[in-house]
Amino acid sequence: MENLKKPLPRTSLMNVLWDIQKKRRFISHDDMTKIAEEFDISRMELEGVISFYHFYHRYHSGKYTIYLNNSIVSKHKDYKLVKKAFEKETGVNFGQVSSDKMFGLFETPCIGLSDQETSALINFTPFTELTPNKVKQIISKLRSGVALQSLSNLPKTNLRYTPDKKRIVFFKNYIPGSALKRMIKMDPDKVIETVKESGLSGRGGAYFPTGLKWQYCKNNNADQKFIICNADEGEPGTFKDRVLMQKYPGLMLEGMTIAGYATGANKGLIYLRAEYFYLKESIEKTIDIFRSKGLLGKNIKGKKGFNFDIDVHMGAGAYVCGEETALIASMEGKRGEPSIKEYFPVEKGFLNKPTIVNNVETLCAVSRIFEMGLEKWLDLGTEKTPGTKIISVSGDCKKPGIYEIEWGMKVRDFLNLTEAEDPYLILFNGYSGECLSPFDFDREISGENLLSESFAFNVNDPSEYKQKMSAVGVRSGGSFMIFNKERDFLDIFKNISNFFVAESCGICVPCRTGNFLLNKKIKQLILGHADSSDLKAIKDWSTIIKRASRCGLGQTSSNSLLCAMFKFSDKFKERLTGDTDINKGFKLEKAVENYNEIITEIETNYG
Amino acid sequence: MDNQINIKIDGKDYQVLEGKNLVDTAKENGIYIPTLCHFHEINPPLGTCRICTVNINGRPSTACTTKVFDGMEIEINSEDLIDTRKAIIEMLYAEGNHFCPSCEKSGNCDMQNLAYDMGLTVTRFPHVFSNKMVDFNPKRMIMESNRCILCKRCVESVKTEDGKDVFSFVKRGVQTRIHIDYEQEEKLTEAEAIRAMNLCPVGAILVKGMIYEEPFGERKYDLLGKTKASPILDKNIPLTGKNKFIVATTSLAGCFGCHMSLLDIDTEILDMLEIVEFNKSPLTDIKNFSKRCDVGLIEGGCANSENVKVLKEFRKKCDILIGFGECAIMGGIPAMRNFVPLKECLEESYIHGVTSEIGANVIPNHEDIPKLLNNVYPCNEIVKIDYFIPGCPPNANHIWKVVKSILLGKEFSIAHEEFKYD
Repeated sequence: MENLKKPLPRTSLMNVLWDIQKKRRFISHDDMTKIAEEFDISRMELEGVISFYHFYHRYHSGKYTIYLNNSIVSKHKDYKLVKKAFEKETGVNFGQVSSDKMFGLFETPCIGLSDQETSALINFTPFTELTPNKVKQIISKLRSGVALQSLSNLPKTNLRYTPDKKRIVFFKNYIPGSALKRMIKMDPDKVIETVKESGLSGRGGAYFPTGLKWQYCKNNNADQKFIICNADEGEPGTFKDRVLMQKYPGLMLEGMTIAGYATGANKGLIYLRAEYFYLKESIEKTIDIFRSKGLLGKNIKGKKGFNFDIDVHMGAGAYVCGEETALIASMEGKRGEPSIKEYFPVEKGFLNKPTIVNNVETLCAVSRIFEMGLEKWLDLGTEKTPGTKIISVSGDCKKPGIYEIEWGMKVRDFLNLTEAEDPYLILFNGYSGECLSPFDFDREISGENLLSESFAFNVNDPSEYKQKMSAVGVRSGGSFMIFNKERDFLDIFKNISNFFVAESCGICVPCRTGNFLLNKKIKQLILGHADSSDLKAIKDWSTIIKRASRCGLGQTSSNSLLCAMFKFSDKFKERLTGDTDINKGFKLEKAVENYNEIITEIETNYG
Repeated sequence: MDNQINIKIDGKDYQVLEGKNLVDTAKENGIYIPTLCHFHEINPPLGTCRICTVNINGRPSTACTTKVFDGMEIEINSEDLIDTRKAIIEMLYAEGNHFCPSCEKSGNCDMQNLAYDMGLTVTRFPHVFSNKMVDFNPKRMIMESNRCILCKRCVESVKTEDGKDVFSFVKRGVQTRIHIDYEQEEKLTEAEAIRAMNLCPVGAILVKGMIYEEPFGERKYDLLGKTKASPILDKNIPLTGKNKFIVATTSLAGCFGCHMSLLDIDTEILDMLEIVEFNKSPLTDIKNFSKRCDVGLIEGGCANSENVKVLKEFRKKCDILIGFGECAIMGGIPAMRNFVPLKECLEESYIHGVTSEIGANVIPNHEDIPKLLNNVYPCNEIVKIDYFIPGCPPNANHIWKVVKSILLGKEFSIAHEEFKYD
């Protein structure tokens, strides 16, 4: 009889796993057997899915599961002290769970709070700007039974700058339904035409023309199509989507609805990263409000036959799931491995149906374009990149937070806005992008300049580089991590490399092992064991990884390192032992600095 | 889809059928693109191994996942691409344990064949040494993860009758492994199990009792009747401009065991003295360098300031520095004190130790006595070491062979037997 029962749809697997993880704090052997039976899959396949995601545990993860952010911005703040404080207060080391199963300590990469580090998630509730003292209070309150929710607020939005009133796009007053009201008067073709003319392109960082993507999707006939909002903002240093969803979840919902109208899709899904669990409730509440106002559901805005509804789907901790094919695999309840590009999602995506995957900011921009009108939008920014861009600023500056700027602003002017302190290295697209050096500070943040492919050229000598000030067209989702001259370069790149080693999906060897080997080389540099042949190896191996990797993760994983080695070659060369044969990492004075003290101490003790 | 289209491969024009797989199309036209994960039964192709990386209209992509279209320009055998493909194979070798002589699949192994084909002798990458398991538990199969290259062939194409996966990817990143579901594996027929073994491009999936079915000489990649001449080594490279090579040796924080081993080369020491002259060394009792040396042999790591001074001097006076023995390479026995604070070490040695004079409570301390370092350091953390000879101690012949090969500029391959230190 059991076998006759219809298995549960695979798309609900992630939710089932979440329910069990949250309730029991881990997924046990018996649970797995049951789940495998319900979904009619083999136990090992299920094990494969569970073990792929960072936030599912096979062993008890503590009544309070604490995830401390270990990304570089956090490390430059109070990470070390906070980590120690957590260990002291809970009595266990990171990676362990206390014997009473009360606390589990884990590390995790960027959780989208880079402007208020050091931050941590406790049972996915955010705690920001932590200090050892705060940690002490939090843990003792939790021990005494105070409810977790009462200890934390939603993170600050830290909106630092917007253009003047007439030129602001995203962060102005929002009235739900105002975009739909104007959009609904157009026919779908006209909607797509408008998006195309707006020059809007994918704000997750790939900059694929949004209108074109919609057109492809519309052209594919199918009984069902899907609009997926990619809210898996995993690129370290990016938190603009969090702020958008925190402030105006409705903008995103309207954008998705517009996409649905234009392409003939009637189902929308938001793939929300698990790090933003605390936003789930408010997004769902907004969805309910939209339904009750007739902005979602059947016959939207009174238009007969225009049906569209939205659900939220939770991720479970995998950076690679920001890649659209991996995201789709994840939503289908599989391991989040990117697929090969035989079909694009607009042809065969979620459940093999035509699917649009758009970033949160892209969809919000769509809403605003219809609300403000195309002309007004085109009036902003530059010709190639009209409108405004949201940039997430973190690192060495006085005002970390969210900046909405008009395209075309000079990097230097932007740095002044952030009150950056002696900026030297800027990671302009999180870990996977290129980096900017002081030579780039006079360039414009625009499609014509920083993001332009036409700036690409092969550099043969440094003077040519100084003239042109660029490597290739930079792609950016809007992460802007500022580092001053005092920061240890190798430390930054070790952190980046650690991240990619942990986040590689493991399906292809260049990314899986290549990044691991690169990581070893960087550590070798740090220890002072490297000579110039090692620098060459880093360059060569990075190129191999870039060329041969299966998806964007591997292909971009060494971008920032290669770029930094090119733009700041001295910083790497000064760490080599090659020329002198003497390791600069070893200091005799340091190795014997306590010796006399120890001797005196012993002599007084026993003398 | 029988449209004829024009494509260009490495500069030559071809007319081919539209929409066919690039690997197959190239093959039909007599052009070989190496593949590893590619398997005709699996569609869509996997694209996991990346061996067939080529340039398509200037952008790197895998040939197995590409269908030919009109006007396509393909670059296959450029220097860069050949090197990339070789690097991928090397990376696979560095990642696992591929000891062909002891592998059941040797001679039948796609990866081994590709490695021979590409002329691979050594990998440019350091070994990964990851923790992998050999799983003997399944009823019929053995999963040898050390050999697995995660091509995903078995995951995609071996299923039970009711469509469940037998093989699955577990974990991610460098930790990714293929695991067998025991329950499902039992459901496979013998023929299906053997198919799984043959499907594996390496020797990771083995069926118990069915491994050596094919006799040697008749395996897939055995070369029959073909002999290859072994390379001849250059002999007698003359000593240019001087009579003898100058060698210096020293023992830092070591036990002189390595020096003892050095003397164990017996009568060969006479051969050695014909081309080698010792300068500063405990063997000659020359205390200070009197000339520049070609090779310096270092035994032991650095435990005190004197060791550091001597090591740095060796680095300055010798062209090539060789660390020999475990202590020089990783600190060895003396480095065991790194886990105990220096103060406790000193107290144990001079005050609480069973051999210390009761009540004396004296720690030898004088400005002329070298200071102990906070830790014992391996030599390469202090200066650049050009070569390492592992062992505790390294075998005498081995030391001599390495030194000789370095001095005479010969390539030296190390036989496996010479590296057993258990």
